[in-house]
Amino acid sequence: MTFKYNNVYINETGTVTGPYEASGPLSKYFDKGYKDFYFGLPTWEQAESKSIEDAVDIVLNKTNRTKFDIDLFISGDLLNQTAASNIAASSLGVPYFGVYNACATSVEGLILASNMIEAKQIKNCITCASAHNNASEKQFRYPVEYGGPKPKTTTFTTTGAAAAFLSYNKKGIRIESATVGSVVDSGVKDAFHMGAVMAPAAAQTIYRHLLETKREADYYDLILTGDLGRYGKNILRECINTEYGITLKNYDDTACMIFDLDNQPVYAGASGPACAPLVTYGYIFSLMKKKELKRVLLVATGALHSQSTVNQKLSIPSIAHAISLEVIE
Amino acid sequence: MEKNKYKEVVNRHTPKENVLYNTMIAFFVGGLMGLLGQLLIDAYSYYFSIPTNQASIFMIVTLIFVGCLLTCLGFFDKWVHACKCGLIVPITGFAHAMMSAALEYRKEGLVTGIGANMFKLAGSVIIFGVVSAYVFGLLRLILFGC
Repeated sequence: MTFKYNNVYINETGTVTGPYEASGPLSKYFDKGYKDFYFGLPTWEQAESKSIEDAVDIVLNKTNRTKFDIDLFISGDLLNQTAASNIAASSLGVPYFGVYNACATSVEGLILASNMIEAKQIKNCITCASAHNNASEKQFRYPVEYGGPKPKTTTFTTTGAAAAFLSYNKKGIRIESATVGSVVDSGVKDAFHMGAVMAPAAAQTIYRHLLETKREADYYDLILTGDLGRYGKNILRECINTEYGITLKNYDDTACMIFDLDNQPVYAGASGPACAPLVTYGYIFSLMKKKELKRVLLVATGALHSQSTVNQKLSIPSIAHAISLEVIE
Repeated sequence: MEKNKYKEVVNRHTPKENVLYNTMIAFFVGGLMGLLGQLLIDAYSYYFSIPTNQASIFMIVTLIFVGCLLTCLGFFDKWVHACKCGLIVPITGFAHAMMSAALEYRKEGLVTGIGANMFKLAGSVIIFGVVSAYVFGLLRLILFGC
């Protein structure tokens, strides 16, 4: 399912990060970075909510708007019942959709907002995706202070929130089209190997997007997946080549960009709903504004597992949504 | 792509864990912990003039206390990570598992937070520890009659 948009633009973005991202290679592209995991609050869950509120505030300031000017707020995160987004939405007090597609949440939000703006149902929308390393470790894995050994394929959840202000005003970055992915069962059951879980979903969505838009892979200056990690990246390259005959040349993965993989303790790279939008809104948009990149296909990938289904030895379903971003000519 | 074929692709791109290296580290650190425990037993029984079985209880309490304290000070997780299973398998790991879970849930109330979650990891150690002690005790009774 691919949608074409004529009049949808990401006017402004707001990016807030935690300590590891703020000391990573892309730190200068983010609006705000915290030095610890609590952000001055008692719990990690509250800290995650605060990162969403901060990102939204930054967007409102950049666009000279107040919350009363916002038609719709779409947000999602990794916590049970998308708790961080719900709390942030309650303090914002505008019409709200809570969404969940794990690490594909950001693009899911962008697609929903774009469709409503294109259909003129709303004038504008703020979409947001967030994650918190410690809060999600607590929920999905072991206690943070436990620190047990993990395999090399483990990914490290990004801390932070990334918000985007979308409207039909021609400013910023254009959203040209989007492809909604379907859920893929790759047969992988290992929750410590997310790259392997999500690579088939990414391959399928990229293939469908190119097929339905009648494009070749090199139409895009960059195809960016978020977030397969350093091993998942190679799996995708091989998988998409053997299965669909597509060779990825201008390709990268956000998991390998936000951290310094060799010098930060992040195993196979970053993960979490905030990773792809943080890299895209911060670093990629700055390259697009300088016209170094003109067309970018962002493919956000999500592993849709719960701890219970993993313990029940069920294979992990995964999804990928693609969105085509263009420089305004 | 067929699941079996995909599994092959995944295996080809998955790095191998350094099992020998990890095992050696765990072996030596675990051995050092055993040595430390034995030294503590000897010291307690010498200085307090108590029998070895009482001194070993003192040793266990000491190691649990030190393990919990180091966890609370916030750097024991890095040691655990570096020592692979060398610090998790001995009694220090048990203390660390309980304390790290307790720390994690301390903001969710004494009963619903700490009480309900403290044994999240350590609970299975207790259950299987008790069950295996029972089974091996029974085996010893049947085979050796004591």
